[in-house]
Amino acid sequence: MTDPTYREFHPRWLRPRMSTYWWLGKWPYVKFILRELSSIFVAWFVIYLLFLVRAVKGGEVAWSSFVALSAHPVMLTVNVIAFFFIVFHALTWFAVAPQAIVAHIGKKKVPAILIAASHYAAWLVVSAALLWLLLRG
Amino acid sequence: MPERITMQVARYRPEIESDASFQQYEVPCPKDWVVLDGLNYVKDQLDGTLSYRWSCRMGVCGSCGMMVNGEPKLTCATFLSDYAPGPVKVEPLKNFPIIRDLVVEISDFMKKLVAVKPWIVRKEEKPVSQGEYLQTPDELDEYKQYSMCINCMLCYSACPIYGLDPKFIGPAAIALAQRYNLDSRDEGSADRLEVLSQHEGIWGCTFVGECTEVCPKHVDPAGAIQRYKLTATMDWVKSFVLPRGKAKEEE
Repeated sequence: MTDPTYREFHPRWLRPRMSTYWWLGKWPYVKFILRELSSIFVAWFVIYLLFLVRAVKGGEVAWSSFVALSAHPVMLTVNVIAFFFIVFHALTWFAVAPQAIVAHIGKKKVPAILIAASHYAAWLVVSAALLWLLLRG
Repeated sequence: MPERITMQVARYRPEIESDASFQQYEVPCPKDWVVLDGLNYVKDQLDGTLSYRWSCRMGVCGSCGMMVNGEPKLTCATFLSDYAPGPVKVEPLKNFPIIRDLVVEISDFMKKLVAVKPWIVRKEEKPVSQGEYLQTPDELDEYKQYSMCINCMLCYSACPIYGLDPKFIGPAAIALAQRYNLDSRDEGSADRLEVLSQHEGIWGCTFVGECTEVCPKHVDPAGAIQRYKLTATMDWVKSFVLPRGKAKEEE
């Protein structure tokens, strides 16, 4: 009987298995896993926003209980962590934009830095508009 | 500067062992020696049984890719003295089956490479008498970066997605598909999109970005893949927005 793992005319190849903790060895891999993890927090913010909308619709009592729930230390901690993850998510998104978008003005390629800068500028404008909306009252 | 350096070289001899092990060699470490010089010294002077691939010694052939201290590197372009006082750990490229010592099995990559048709595809070839297909320097610039790929597979070794899911077509194959898609003389992008728009194609990539970091030729495969994703998405949107005939025409 022949060894079932041995194929005639082929050497026995060694197939090293990838460890479950492959991503812990190198910072770029850790960063990648953190970015993937950030999607959970993005989803959390969407759900949180939906609850906020429901509270607004639900009248004063529903609104004040939502505000009280949001002020709870656990909720605050979750939201602060979620905020940092979402900023991280946004930054990685802006970092990929110049690699994915190749724009031309006339025959000239738009430099990558301009594409990144335009994204940051748009972010700033939207944030400023939101701040103005929130603070003008 | 130490005169000698220790190399810890991965060995796998299928006829006598079932797992890889390390063997230490002391090699000279002059300033101008690369890791490949160290391996050649081992092969010539210390241990003729060591197996590894190499050819051009000048970063063109893409044969001598190995893991050097855990990083995918072209060993002909990685100086031993940069790792002084050592030791320097040399292993076969990660994410590939190992045939022997530092030699990996690459037929999976070769199959994937052919699948993306990395050559100029024409719907109809014009006769030679009509002359060559002309191209302006600007048109050349569109794809030149991607044409620098030497198929060294360092990007596959750096890509955990390929390590976890060997069906993923991988960075170099996609970058090379882009090289031809962006070529003004090519008409094969629809053929390639068929292969690359599958789950194991561009969408398999979750943008770890390490392929670009390790590329010795600055090809930026990660950028090529993200760019391709954008093109594929725009094509998909166009197929909805544009009337059928028009979408077909654009293809």
